[in-house]
Amino acid sequence: MSSEKSHIAGEHPDLPPPAMEVGVIGWINHNLFSSWSNRIITVLTAYFLYIIIPPLLDWLFLDAVFVADSRDDCRAIAKAAGEDLGACWAFIGKRFQLFVYGWYPVEERWRVNLSFILMMAALVPVLFDNIPNRKQGLWFSLIAPVIIYWLLIGGMGLTPVSTDKFGGLMLTMVIGVTGIVGSLPIGIALALGRQSHMPALRMVCVAFIEFIRGVPLITLLFVASTMLNYFLPPGTTFDLLLRVLIMVTLFSSAYIAEVIRGGLQAIPNGQIEAADSMGLKYWQSMRLIILPQALKISIPGIVNSFIGLYKDTTLVIIIGLFDPLGMGRASLADTKWQGLSTEIYVFVAIFFFVSCFSMARYSLYLEKKLYTGH
Amino acid sequence: MALIFAFFFFIVNNAITNLENIGKGYSFSFLWEASNYDINQTLIEYDSRSPHWRAAIVGIINTLLVAVAGVVLATIVGFLFGVLRLSSNWLINRVVYVYIEYVRNVPVLLHILLVHGIVVNTLPIPKNALMAFDGALFLTNRGFYTPKPLFEPAMWAVFIAFIIGIGFTIWFKGYAQKVQDATGKIYPVFFISLGAIILFPILVYFLAGSPMNFEYPELKGFNFKGGLVLRPEFVALWLALSLYTAAFIAEIVRAGIQAISHGQTEAAFALGIKPGRTMQLVVIPQALRVIIPPLSSQYLNITKNSSLAIAIGYMDIVATIGGISLNQTGREMECMTIVLAIYLAFSLMISAFMNWYNKRMKLVER
Repeated sequence: MSSEKSHIAGEHPDLPPPAMEVGVIGWINHNLFSSWSNRIITVLTAYFLYIIIPPLLDWLFLDAVFVADSRDDCRAIAKAAGEDLGACWAFIGKRFQLFVYGWYPVEERWRVNLSFILMMAALVPVLFDNIPNRKQGLWFSLIAPVIIYWLLIGGMGLTPVSTDKFGGLMLTMVIGVTGIVGSLPIGIALALGRQSHMPALRMVCVAFIEFIRGVPLITLLFVASTMLNYFLPPGTTFDLLLRVLIMVTLFSSAYIAEVIRGGLQAIPNGQIEAADSMGLKYWQSMRLIILPQALKISIPGIVNSFIGLYKDTTLVIIIGLFDPLGMGRASLADTKWQGLSTEIYVFVAIFFFVSCFSMARYSLYLEKKLYTGH
Repeated sequence: MALIFAFFFFIVNNAITNLENIGKGYSFSFLWEASNYDINQTLIEYDSRSPHWRAAIVGIINTLLVAVAGVVLATIVGFLFGVLRLSSNWLINRVVYVYIEYVRNVPVLLHILLVHGIVVNTLPIPKNALMAFDGALFLTNRGFYTPKPLFEPAMWAVFIAFIIGIGFTIWFKGYAQKVQDATGKIYPVFFISLGAIILFPILVYFLAGSPMNFEYPELKGFNFKGGLVLRPEFVALWLALSLYTAAFIAEIVRAGIQAISHGQTEAAFALGIKPGRTMQLVVIPQALRVIIPPLSSQYLNITKNSSLAIAIGYMDIVATIGGISLNQTGREMECMTIVLAIYLAFSLMISAFMNWYNKRMKLVER
């Protein structure tokens, strides 16, 4: 421009960057208002959030009642404060014990607490490999399920507790962990069977996997609850929880088998041939060469299956077991708290979100750690 | 191997002995007995005097209805969210991300119950129905009511026009391809097809003197009478299933589009292909190849998850033949066999179709 001083070439002083390009304004300009379509989308989204968020916050926190004795009490408190009725969280607080322990006898609940602690302790060596004494820790993880089983069921010095007292969070944990621990080895066996050179074995594995994957879990649970007894020797009875555990494990193992098959197929044939030429037997080459590579590739898929299994544990309410969701619905029968289903669903949703989201994050972490490519 | 066969023999043998002990055979004759129960949503004629097999058919149709409606809505919402998730707009990107993570990490049964709870508990009773679109839709906790179209005889002309439009489109597509191959001239195929399929029937509709009336729902007593009704169970199941699956589809679509290297787009631009045609001819065909296999398993999941209908009382196949019929007749074996066989048949059909489609789309490699 004419009004500006002229400078000798190369001696022009540094100008500050244009205000529209850097800092907060630059970021907003680039990420929210870069083009006409972007501007429209931003405004519409902001308006949508404005419609949704304030009422949601009101309901969840601002108008919510946290301490009360009944639903009418909740209403009265909200009215006294001159607010609309928000969520009545008092209910969750009152029934919290039920959500966690189910109908487990009150004086025996320390056993459930101890089991939770043991389970957490057993998980640490499995999940993280940079802790001291990991080898001893893994042995502990192996025997921990036995101890937990003994703690929960009782016998041998402890008061026996029947499995129909199981419920709530604890039931979810029992089904989820059993399913996860049990389905991995069965899944690996099925995947290897599907790749086997023995036609009969292969056919049985394919039929099993395709059958399980072709029908919904709920129908299998119905099978477990109505007709599994027919397939057992006359006179044997099985308890419902055990039948459910078997079905959930089998169901999940079929999905895991397919994930692992994907991993197995990704391993180049040269690896097997190399193992053969080294003189390794089938099981040796599988254990030392193929499976470590295949399992590593399949980890994200396996964790996804586990998340699915964990979410599917809610289905047991349909055949009459009481996980947190079932507990919540059961406690709605109390006339003092009728009509609070939304609060219960939101509470249980938050619980599942926290556990599943952390599993998904762990899977991402593992993927990054095991990535040995470029 | 021998062990496996011994095991099968063992359980089958057990089943036979057990069934004999309690005096039940294995026969499907109960299917022809009267069912003695009512079903709240029936698309074919059915009442409590109808036989059990008819109840099973009603259940199958209800399952298919919610599965197909779910697939359509989930695909639309899923593709939309998948694209929005890739948007350079930070705000919409984050909003969709939060939605996807919330939906994917909460069990689908919970979604179904939550949506059902919202429909039943927060929507008004029919007397104070929420009116939307100027009386075209009434929202109540007994269901969603909308006018029902009544066709007059002349409506046939419109249907024929519609079919002619589709036939013309197929012919025109081939013709345009031929012209383009011979001369390089490109016709706006999409708009001409749109005109043939949609505008032409509309034109015929008005020429024929609007041969369609509507039966409006009316408030009589405590509920609406007449019109088309979507029951709250159906609405809850449909919305919950589609919105749940849409989150998974969105992630699949995002992964599919991201799998196409940017070099493909740049190469197409360098050849002077317009952005719209680049998307249509270069990016989408390649992305679809990545998207379709996982997408097909999501469609399967919708079909299988529709069995959760039983939790909210939507009468699908599990609730009719596998639920009430089973309890009334005590034929666990037979009823569960039917239910399992039907789901297996659905699954095998969908996966056979998807395998065929996948093969057609597959990259031809040397």
